[in-house]
Amino acid sequence: MTGMWSKLRQQPWIWSFIAMIAVWLATIIFTRGQGAGDILTAALSFATFTIVIGLGQMMVITTGPGNVDLSIPATITLSGVVAMKIMDTDNARLLIGIAAALGVSFLVGLFNYGLIRLLRIPPIIATLSSSFLILSTAISYGRGIRIKPPPMLDDFATAKVLGVPVAAIFVALLSLAIAIVLKRTRYGRTVLAIGQNPRAARLAGLNVDLTRFATYVLSALLAGVCGIVLSGFSGGAALNMGEGFLLASIAVVVIGGTSVAGGRANVPGVWGAALFIYLLDTMLNVFGASAGIRLIMTGVIIIAVITIAGGDRAQRS
Amino acid sequence: MTNYGESRNHPFLSYRDCESRMTALALNRKTLRALLPLLSLVIVLVATFYAQPRTMSYFGLNLMLQYAVPIALATIAQMFIITVNDLDLSIGPFVGLVGCIGATYLNDTPLLGIVALALCIAAYAAMAALIHLRNLPSIVVTLGASFVWLGIAVLILPSPGGKAPDWLKAIMSLQVPVVPFPIVAALAIAALVHVGLMTSSYGVIMRGTGGNPRAMARAGWSELRTKMAMYALAGLFGVLSGLSLIGLTTSADAHIADRYTLYAIAGVILGGGEFVGGRVSPFGAVIGALTLALAGSFLIFMRISPDWQIGAQGAILIIVLALRALINTGEARR
Repeated sequence: MTGMWSKLRQQPWIWSFIAMIAVWLATIIFTRGQGAGDILTAALSFATFTIVIGLGQMMVITTGPGNVDLSIPATITLSGVVAMKIMDTDNARLLIGIAAALGVSFLVGLFNYGLIRLLRIPPIIATLSSSFLILSTAISYGRGIRIKPPPMLDDFATAKVLGVPVAAIFVALLSLAIAIVLKRTRYGRTVLAIGQNPRAARLAGLNVDLTRFATYVLSALLAGVCGIVLSGFSGGAALNMGEGFLLASIAVVVIGGTSVAGGRANVPGVWGAALFIYLLDTMLNVFGASAGIRLIMTGVIIIAVITIAGGDRAQRS
Repeated sequence: MTNYGESRNHPFLSYRDCESRMTALALNRKTLRALLPLLSLVIVLVATFYAQPRTMSYFGLNLMLQYAVPIALATIAQMFIITVNDLDLSIGPFVGLVGCIGATYLNDTPLLGIVALALCIAAYAAMAALIHLRNLPSIVVTLGASFVWLGIAVLILPSPGGKAPDWLKAIMSLQVPVVPFPIVAALAIAALVHVGLMTSSYGVIMRGTGGNPRAMARAGWSELRTKMAMYALAGLFGVLSGLSLIGLTTSADAHIADRYTLYAIAGVILGGGEFVGGRVSPFGAVIGALTLALAGSFLIFMRISPDWQIGAQGAILIIVLALRALINTGEARR
């Protein structure tokens, strides 16, 4: 038992799962076991969206210090607005809508990387500036109208099998795919190598530019997917639908044990951290805390978890 | 561009000639880069005057630039954090919190208000200690802290209201002869910080910690102490920003300064600051803040649809950075 624990403790993702279970237990003790399963189902539905963008953010952060995508919330909004407007509540136009939304997201990724590579703007500022432009595009294109999603998308986004959201199953498959890509493919290994030492990666003949480009595009595409499904889930696209996803996307990556210094990614941690964040929110709601207290507790607990998880020891040396 | 590799062997130019021409050009680029923030400000200013000639007056400038003072103070706060290679994503909500304290405790029970503001500054220093000792990423800690500031602000002032102390309002509506108050105030702030950070020996240590923390630690300067000092200074300027803001608005709201986080980062970068290496410029940061404050008015005068206002600010940021990249590329090619 102690042997297993010391082995488990070495896993960077373990803290997010411990935090998640602790928060869930605190909640169901408070409700005396009522709705224990429902709470998990609800957390799983909401966490799905955070996991999708968290995976994209994880890949970007893994490519090395300073790399981060702050345009994710704006991209979610733009993709949702484009998808809803083109689908126009018509099932037959579902595929065109998805293609258009993903096409726009691809352009966002291309634009972001263009700013970073060609203009040599630090990624934080590049993606921040582009997020302003993306958001303005969404506002001007969407004109604030709330269009309902086509029934098929609505059904897909809210469907459940034995209490497990169907979307969550797809995201589980996606996570598995990304984990395999990181471990087994040339692209994934290159992402890790660049994060550890970009100079060494370049000298080893790896295509650093192409890999970084692919990573920013991947992050934008995943934000696009999140925008489409989220519009289906919440009954249409709204201009503020990306709000809150900025903190979430970065927090799940860091709490999940991915190194902020780059070079080490962790897929299971993203799941644990995303579920933790939503269960935390549920817990504070169940406890009946006021808005102010809820905000303070969210902040304090997030800081506490990353403090306990220990930041990045390797960086210290 | 001329190819200097060839001109070195130019039959009619001696080697020394080429050398001096190159130094002149290098100097040119360096000056150009230093002048870029000022140049952007002048362009936005001229464009504003062109779009709305009536703004070209004492009164017009006063009105357009009044919010530049709190933005400039928040930008300086961000600059202190960027100096030590960190980034503060909580400065906006922090300024909002200070506003809420200023419009309630500071007005009703001044002593309690001052204690609360001192605690805010101490909280910033504590944040630095946590970030340094546990080696945590500053963006996550400050992102978490932004929730804490916002939460406390909501508890203090659940709905917009409160009342700013009269002395604050008096300071912010000061009339200075000839040059509008915001410009005088912004320049005074920049000069003060410049003397402290760019010319004093302690300022060199602080910037050095951004440039090479390990070297500074080997030389016997505690990185922990430097970071705490820089964060405390950022807290102090955040407090000043919040107070000057409610001096203008006369009341407060927890969300009054949410956008300041972005303004402050953009201001530092527009002003020529860099993310790593302790390369910052107080005058640049203040000029960057003025440019951003003006850009808002300019976009309104240009009758740009409100949909595109935020996008236009992103575009301005990108254009200025593109120009800098262009200058830097030339420099690197030498």
